[in-house]
Amino acid sequence: MKFSVILSISKTHLFSRKKQTIIAALGVTFGIGAYIIMMSFMTGLNGLLDGMVLNRTPHIHLFNEVKQSEKQPIDKDDEYKDFFRVVHSIKPTESQTKVNNASAIMSYLNEQPYVKGATPMVRAQAFYMAGTSRLNGSIIGVDVLKEAEFYNLNDYIINGDVKDLAVNENGILMGIGVAKILSLKVGDVVQVSSTSSEVFPLKIVGFFQSGLADVDKIQSYVNIKTAQRLMGQPITYITDINIKLYDMEKAPEISKDLRAMFDLSVVDIQTANAQFETGTSIRNLISYAVSITLLIVAGFGIYNILNMLIYEKMNDIAILKATGFSGRDVQLIFISQALIIGFIGGVLGLILGYGVSVLISHAPFETEALPTVKTMPVDFSASYYIIGIIFAMISTFFAGYFPSKKAQRIDPVEIIRGQ
Amino acid sequence: MSKALEAKNINKYFRKPVEFHVLKDISMDIEQGEFVSVMGKSGCGKSTLLYILSTMDTDYEGELYLNDKLITGRTADELAQLRNEKIGFVFQFHYLLAEFTVLENVMLPAKKLGKKSYEEIEHDAMLKLELLGIKDQALKLSSRISGGQKQRVAIARSLINDPVIIMGDEPTGNLDSKNADIVFNIFKDLTHEQGLSLLIVTHDDDFAQRTDRIITMEDGLILS
Repeated sequence: MKFSVILSISKTHLFSRKKQTIIAALGVTFGIGAYIIMMSFMTGLNGLLDGMVLNRTPHIHLFNEVKQSEKQPIDKDDEYKDFFRVVHSIKPTESQTKVNNASAIMSYLNEQPYVKGATPMVRAQAFYMAGTSRLNGSIIGVDVLKEAEFYNLNDYIINGDVKDLAVNENGILMGIGVAKILSLKVGDVVQVSSTSSEVFPLKIVGFFQSGLADVDKIQSYVNIKTAQRLMGQPITYITDINIKLYDMEKAPEISKDLRAMFDLSVVDIQTANAQFETGTSIRNLISYAVSITLLIVAGFGIYNILNMLIYEKMNDIAILKATGFSGRDVQLIFISQALIIGFIGGVLGLILGYGVSVLISHAPFETEALPTVKTMPVDFSASYYIIGIIFAMISTFFAGYFPSKKAQRIDPVEIIRGQ
Repeated sequence: MSKALEAKNINKYFRKPVEFHVLKDISMDIEQGEFVSVMGKSGCGKSTLLYILSTMDTDYEGELYLNDKLITGRTADELAQLRNEKIGFVFQFHYLLAEFTVLENVMLPAKKLGKKSYEEIEHDAMLKLELLGIKDQALKLSSRISGGQKQRVAIARSLINDPVIIMGDEPTGNLDSKNADIVFNIFKDLTHEQGLSLLIVTHDDDFAQRTDRIITMEDGLILS
């Protein structure tokens, strides 16, 4: 039996009831369309929110922390090994904030296959001078171009460009909050005083806005060498090493290894931002739950329409069976109708979903946190479209399967005699 | 002459609402090229017998032979195949697929059989329609033609696969005498000219009198 005969019958059925077919297909279209819109928008938004934290946070952060020694002198003495030892008022050990042998550590890290980039950082305390008053400041010395590459520094700059900072050793990229307080504009010179009261005039090459007002009121970026000069330290002086990995998920594992290897504090992004992961997974869960509900509702729509169609087509089914079509043929006729509805509705749904997603992605969206983002974030990943069409086919298959099973079982004698 | 259809000791029970013995040990046969009519009062079991002979009803006791081959006990799919190839049907109500054209209705069983190309089937279908004098209606939707024409389309459809036997359940019951006459004459020609066997259940005495043989039934038994 050629499948084309079955297809031609189902095609005639579908075409002769255009209204019903269109309604059934529209059910799928809206279900799939809503799924695509929902997922694209939600994931886009999630990506944006994730990015706000993840993009500027190193996956692994190495630094020297002021802390207590884990082993007090008495612990090292064998004589008291079996004693119960109590030490009162333990003070942190006196140590320097610099990372020892930083350049060797960095070149080791940069050779590791899982490391996308390890960048140095110098944190310096300083004051912004405004006449006689001094404003507290935190100056961060970074390798500017790498910072832009790995941590999207450019996204937070509202005036100027990172390249201007990279070429200017006396430049400073200032927090917008500080700039407002001091009424500074790009091109002005700001006096920065180090903790040892040395004053450095630095030229403002741009402003950045992180979205956190408190940070913007204090923080500024400079070249790493500028920060070292500000601290009166040699070029080996580095306080932090930031690592960006290819696979963020591996951060806890790798940081464990690094902790064992180096005598440093190692913090991975998952530990630093635990609350953040929960938010992401719950947002994902909600969008999936809503989408699946939409698709199931669409599936029930098709189920209903096909069920009705089969009641209307009792006579046709009886004739087909009487003239030699088997139960399986009849079942195939109805399943193929469901699949055709699913396919047409699904493809239209993809188009609808894409169209609305494009519209959304052009809708204005302004946020303090991300000065460079001007429109709604939308994720146009192909996987949603693939999942969408597959789900359309699967749900319509099942919506058609049960009514078609009924059609397969219809006894033609009952129908013919019933007249 | 060989037998087109033979039934041996057919018993049939209706189980609902109460057990009822509808057909009592029926044995009969139809020769090739024979035009047989079945008569009897309503409820005597003649339609029930017809549906058993047509292989659509498989819930019976006894044996059924088509072209001297036993067909009792075959699977539903095999029987569907057999109906498609060997048996043609004409019902009281025309039973055409309303959304298809006359031509498509006639072609459908042949397409299902799948032994000929589309063009051959179309050609054959046009021949059958011509034979029944409704060639000019071929491209109309089957819901748009008159009752008498519909019945002729149904006959054309039953002929498309050149079956061994054609069965009819009161094929003229719903027609006026003029159309009934046309249908009868078509049947007559088919038996005489093409050697087809015909088994027609009817209430119409005039119709039955003009057939080769009348089987009379009463209360589940064959009287003559």
